[in-house]
This record gives sequence, C-alpha cells and structure tokens, in this order.
Amino acid sequence: MPRSLLPLLTLLFLSWPTLLPAGGETVYQTPEAFLEQQFPDGVPEPDVVWLRGEVRETVKDILGHRYPSLRIRYWHKDGRSAWILDEIGKDLPITTGILVNAGRIEALRVLIFRESRGWEVRHEFFTDQFDQARLNEGHKLDRHIDNISGATLSVRAVTKLARLALYLDQWIRDDTQD
Amino acid sequence: MKRSTLALSIGALLAGGQTALAQDMPSAEEMWRIIQQQQKQIQELKARVEDTDMKADAAVEAVESGGGTGGGATWAETTQIGGYGELHYNNLDGSGGASDKDELDFHRFVLFVNHQFSDNIRLFTELEIEHALAGEGQPGEVELEQAYVEMDLNDYHRAKAGVFLLPVGILNETHEPNTFYGVERNPIEKNIIPTTWWAAGAGLSGELGQGFSYDLGVHEGLRITDATSFAVRGGRQKSAEADASDLAYTGRLKYTGMPGLELATTLQHQTDITQGSVANAGSANLFEAHGIYSKGPFGLRALYARWDLDGSGPETVGADEQFGWYIEPSFRLNEKWGLFARYNEWDNRAGNSSQSEMTQVDVGVNFWPHPDVVLKADYQMQDNDNGQDQDGFNLGVGYQF
Repeated sequence: MPRSLLPLLTLLFLSWPTLLPAGGETVYQTPEAFLEQQFPDGVPEPDVVWLRGEVRETVKDILGHRYPSLRIRYWHKDGRSAWILDEIGKDLPITTGILVNAGRIEALRVLIFRESRGWEVRHEFFTDQFDQARLNEGHKLDRHIDNISGATLSVRAVTKLARLALYLDQWIRDDTQD
Repeated sequence: MKRSTLALSIGALLAGGQTALAQDMPSAEEMWRIIQQQQKQIQELKARVEDTDMKADAAVEAVESGGGTGGGATWAETTQIGGYGELHYNNLDGSGGASDKDELDFHRFVLFVNHQFSDNIRLFTELEIEHALAGEGQPGEVELEQAYVEMDLNDYHRAKAGVFLLPVGILNETHEPNTFYGVERNPIEKNIIPTTWWAAGAGLSGELGQGFSYDLGVHEGLRITDATSFAVRGGRQKSAEADASDLAYTGRLKYTGMPGLELATTLQHQTDITQGSVANAGSANLFEAHGIYSKGPFGLRALYARWDLDGSGPETVGADEQFGWYIEPSFRLNEKWGLFARYNEWDNRAGNSSQSEMTQVDVGVNFWPHPDVVLKADYQMQDNDNGQDQDGFNLGVGYQF
C-alpha cells in the first residue's frame, strides 16, 4: 500500500466514532409536526381501523403482504383524514404521512427514511406527483408515478402507501355512512 | 247489580289500591340514596371499561412491537435476507470463425444478508454462485461480491469499509434482472466497465442537495496483463488476496433531481493498472457518463465509457484506448409488458488501426408477471470488424426478493 494513503485511511477510520450522530434514521419531519401542519386548528383525537376481515385482505392485496400491525391509527376532521404509515423499501421501513381529502391525496410527505439508498423519494419533485391522486378500479392510482432510477423499491413502497391511505379513507367513509 | 252500586264498588277498590301504592313508594330521601348508589356503580363500571380498554391497548401494542415474544429487537427484526437469480438460454449462430452457442445456464444465484447493528451502523453482504457449479474444472465460481460495514456520519453522509460494488455505470450497483432489459447484460458494461465490479476498500457517500449526490472510494486496483492484451475485464482481482501495491480512486457525481431522470459521471484513477507486473505499463484513467430518462411508458438509457492506459505496452497493441457506448430506447405497453431496442459499440483495442471494433444490436421484450419476476426474450445481431459475429436469440427468467 502506498505510504501516502496511510494518513488518509487512518484519518477516515479514526474520524468515524467522533462523527457518529445520536441516531441514524433521517427524520425529515416528525409525525407530530406533520399532523399539526395538516390540522392547524388542533389535531383531533386519533381513531383506529382494525385490520380484520375484508380490510385486512384488501390491505394485503395493496401491499403484497400483511401490514405489520393489528390496527392503523388515523386522525380525521371535516372530511379530511391523516395517516402515518410504514412500508419497507428494500430493508427498512419508510414512514410516510398522507392527508386525504374527499378521496384525493392533499399532501404526501416522507417523514422518516431509514434505507441507505432511494432517499430521493423524499423530494417534492417526487411526492408532488401524488397531488390530488385518487383510486381507480382495483385500488390502483389514477395516474402513472414516474420512477426514480436507483430508487425503484422506495418509489414502489411510497406508491403502495398512497394507495393504502386512499383505500382506508374510503373504507372509514363507507363505514361511517353505514 | 245496579250500575250505581258497580261504580261505587270500583271507586272503592281504586282508592284502596292507590293508598296501597303510596304506602309502597320509597320516600324522596330513599330515591336520592338509590340514585346516588346507581351513579356510583356507573362510575365504577366506566372505570372498569376504561381500565379494560387500556389493558387491551397495551396488549395490542405489545403484540405489534413483538414484546409478547420476549421483548427487545430480535435477530429477525434487524437482519434481512434477499436475493436474485437468472436462468439464461442462448441460441447463437457463429460466423466468420466465431463459435456457435446453444446453452442453458443458471447464470447467477445470489443471496443478500444484511444486518442492522444499530440505528447508524449496518452490514451488507452478497454471496453469488455464478454458472451454477463451482470447483476445480467446473464452469462456475462462488464469489463474495459485497461485505461491507456502513456507518452514518450524519443525516446526509455515510462512510463504509469492506468489499463493495464500485459506483460506476448503470448496472454495476443495480443489476437485479427485473430492473433492466435484455437477457444478458449489455456488452459495454461487461467489457469496458467491467460489471459486476467490486473491490475492497473504503468510501464516502452522501447528498449534496438539489438532487446531487456523490460517492468517493479508495480501493484495490485492477491487475491486467499483456497476456490478455490489457483488456480490463480480466483485471478484476475480486478482493481475493488482491495485490494492494497500487490502489485506485473512484469518484462519482450523480443528479436525480427530477422524476424519471438520472445523470451521472464517474472518474477513476488506477495508479498502476498492472500492479507493477508489466514494466512498460502504468497508470490508467476511466471516464464514464450515463443518462436515464423515463416518462410515462417511454424510457431511454445511454452510456459512454472510456479508458486511457499509459505505457508503451498497452499502446503497442492498441489497448491504450478502450471505449464503448450504447443507447437503449424502451416502451412499456402496460404494467406487464415492455419492448426495447439497443445499439452497442465497443472496442478494447481502439488505440490503433486494427479491426477490433464490435457492434451489436439487440431487440426484445420483457414480461413481468409480478414486479419482482421477469421473463425475457431478445434477438442479437453483431457486425464486428473482424467478421466474427454471433447472431441469434436469448431467453431468460429472473427474480428478486
């Protein structure tokens, strides 16, 4: 190994411990801050959707697997519902906040990103594609979401969560009407 | 009985009954005491219901967090397993001295095991069996293509050390079969880049803002020889007791600032691409640039890569300049079907006037019955300067999980 390289490598290895932050996951916005932003007049008390029967099966269809929870919390007021949902891109969950208004997505934000690749999905140039999206037949979005090269799995995960939030919003509205 | 007598009798009975009822009714004080007792019971029942709700919530939360199975982060929660694989069938006719190829080959079987030591320290590994059967005299190899520890420096920058894929080209880091068109990887990223290209070393990666990101690495170099006319693909040391006399440095700048677009360029410097084994050869530089764009059903990939090798040895055989490029338009008919065409041109001995340029055109189709499963078919046509062409079709099936 060339001698000139040794100081560089030594510096790199020695610097790691001192540079380590308190936490590794990247929090772009806390779920609490997202909710406060969506409900500026006061965040309503949360309610829950229990994942059983038809809901559980449809959620499984949308995600391609069972949601890793028995219930999903949501916050709703004046026909608007907010959802904090997790889905794994490649290895770790991506936490996403989604606000649905009258069956259309009003806001979608990547709140916490834990993967080492695919972080581009947090940018507005990507999340803006979901603005006013709604569900079609078969619980598909009414539009094509352009992929980000090298972030395919993260794009897929966030797109699934958008579909999931729209479906759950539809379900709680139908359930309320019943 | 006369009517008047009957009425008198009924009146007497009613009066007697009311008197009896009035005597049975509790007094106001008694009523107040009963109401207070019932109110107390209601409060106790409400408290019990709330307590039961809280216990139910706690039980659900324990189940959801895995606390019901012992608590804490388990190995299964911090370790992920994945992989990919691809089976190929090649049916090629050789002409001008090129060989025929009629072959079934499980080209790659790969397993990933990744582990999260903590929130900011993680391990990535990739173990591959190439060509299904490895060992003395067998066609395949068992290869450790990735095994590195990555640490977050802060929210936007990471450091890693170990064996990792070099940040160059389109396919070198992302080559799961369902993510690209064509049964075989394109010849430019096989013969010029050369994919799959991994090395042992250390690196930094991170975001620069506005859609820009970077990768920097210092790692083992190539070790090419004059026996293979200094072709770069044969120089990969694969981190197997790799000669570290002369290291290499790689840097990449990438832009992914709008949906569907990736622009990237990589520069690499090899301090001695033969590790000192060839006296009349020395340092080398690689330049690579590529673009990917997809909009709706349309897709386009284009890549250019070029090596410049110092020394009279490579120059003598024309290997002082090696380059290649391709352009690949594609069209998604729907979620399951996609069509592509690709024009490839490359030359590992472009530094002299020898007839060494290779040209290949591919057209084909991908079918995704599931986003992670793909069936592929394509037809390749070669028009090489040396007249040794292989034309024919390829079929493949691939998956990732």
